[in-house]
Amino acid sequence: MTYLVDVLYILAFSLFIYGLSGLTGPKTAVRGNWIAAIGMGIAVVATLIKIRDTAPINWILIAAGLAVGVILGVPPAKKTKMTAMPQLVALFNGVGGGTVALIAWSEFIETKGFSEFKPEQSPTIALVVGSLFAAIIGSVSFWGSLVAFAKLQETIIPKNVEKAFVKGAKVFQAANIVLLLVAVAVAVYIGLNKGVAEWWIVLLLVLAGIMGLFVVFPIGGADMPVVISLLNAMTGLSAAAAGLALNNTAMIVAGMIVGASGSILTNLMAVAMNRSIPAIVFGSFGGGDVEGGPAGGDQGTVRATSAADAAIQMAYANQVIVVPGYGLAVAQAQHTVKELADLLEARGVEVKFAIHPVAGRMPGHMNVLLAEADVEYDSMKEMDDINGEFPRTDVTVVIGANDVTNPAARNDPSSPIHGMPILNVDQSRSVIVLKRSMSSGYAGIENPLFFLGQTSMLFGDAKKSVSEVIEALKDL
Amino acid sequence: MYTQLLANLAILVLAGFVGFAVISKVPNTLHTPLMSGTNAIHGIVVLGALLVLGNLPADAHWGIRIIGFIALVFGTLNVIGGFLVTDRMLGMFKGKKKELPAADKAKEVTK
Repeated sequence: MTYLVDVLYILAFSLFIYGLSGLTGPKTAVRGNWIAAIGMGIAVVATLIKIRDTAPINWILIAAGLAVGVILGVPPAKKTKMTAMPQLVALFNGVGGGTVALIAWSEFIETKGFSEFKPEQSPTIALVVGSLFAAIIGSVSFWGSLVAFAKLQETIIPKNVEKAFVKGAKVFQAANIVLLLVAVAVAVYIGLNKGVAEWWIVLLLVLAGIMGLFVVFPIGGADMPVVISLLNAMTGLSAAAAGLALNNTAMIVAGMIVGASGSILTNLMAVAMNRSIPAIVFGSFGGGDVEGGPAGGDQGTVRATSAADAAIQMAYANQVIVVPGYGLAVAQAQHTVKELADLLEARGVEVKFAIHPVAGRMPGHMNVLLAEADVEYDSMKEMDDINGEFPRTDVTVVIGANDVTNPAARNDPSSPIHGMPILNVDQSRSVIVLKRSMSSGYAGIENPLFFLGQTSMLFGDAKKSVSEVIEALKDL
Repeated sequence: MYTQLLANLAILVLAGFVGFAVISKVPNTLHTPLMSGTNAIHGIVVLGALLVLGNLPADAHWGIRIIGFIALVFGTLNVIGGFLVTDRMLGMFKGKKKELPAADKAKEVTK
């Protein structure tokens, strides 16, 4: 029977890898996800076979635990709005980290503080080091994800508290370095002294938990996607560590795949924002939404336009490129924008969407929001594919995006975002920027795009402005 | 005993490279579903919770039973929520244009 379990584990993680590789294209992705889910089902069944001789009371707890998890998990997963997906993913990631932390705790209790081992258990060193690593990372991931959830939910943490957190970034970071050193010292102490009292492991979990809170507290809105991705990778790594501790191949493979792919994804996103991961976690420039920088200044004047003028410009263009950003997600204007695109297409105007890799609140979040509004996959263009098209484009409409369109990133070596890959919006024949006011983006820097001759600004709430343009288009 | 550990470490390293290889082919557009998908896969921790509960002796202390139970609930949430959310997001990416020929669509919009 042990062989059967191992063979089923191999089958399970093969399905994970095959399923994940299906996520490379939109056509195979849905199937890929289900293949991975089947793999998970097989892994769970195999584990149940492995523990089949356990006491009846344990069976009752297992059945109840699975049932409660399903009952609590299905409704939010089915009903939550697409705009609220990032916080839901953060929450599901967090409970995964919580599981790992609790596993480490119970391993500690079961082995009486890593002093008594059963003969069939994994090698002592793997059990001790794996469990302690899992305890720290799992707890950081759990509490960090909860803060991420609360911040994305926006209603939970009051705005002024949030601002104070972002301002106090340096204090949190200093505290984190101390916490990390203390946590590692506690872990080493537990590892070296067999059979310490239980409160030591609780202390370790609490220290790591506070660290998780402090890491995410000062993170500003625009950096949130990177942090969620980082927490996801951390949960994966902690799962792999727990797998080593429990001598479970399925956990090692699945955890490590997530850890590795999550790290790469985090890095890709950080690069797309021209920031390093340490710079985000240890906040090098401001690290948050900087609201309301001084407007205009010596750069020249901006030209404001009206919805009616914007509608005329778009209606008689050959090609319109829409550049959606964080502001569009905040205003929840994706359906309205899709309506605008449909109207323009009905008039024979080609409409494309240019999506910067970090638009939205998660990597690719903008794509999900637009897909929800029925924008076709083929009309969403990635940065590298669309950049060559801007010079041939009559009108580019920037909705709630700022830094990702800033030509200073390309031309001005003194700019803090110099070198960041951007959408070359400034090369198109005319640009219409929909914006609430002249405040700067999260990086707190001026955007010369707004002062160019071909640029006009349409001030106001993104959703309202787009609706007005739609009305004007209908009247043409 | 240490052969087992070394074998596990080898698996760990190889799995890391598989993770690198798989992700490098995913387009930006699908990064959110991908993150959500990998989020579901680290729900594998549910196995750990099952093993902890399953390995408890019949006379185990209630404290550890409760810890194991909560771990199992959390792990199940991670798996179920992760896969369902990913499925919903990916469902959004189905091309809908082909169902309606362009001319019909234009009519529908101008109505």
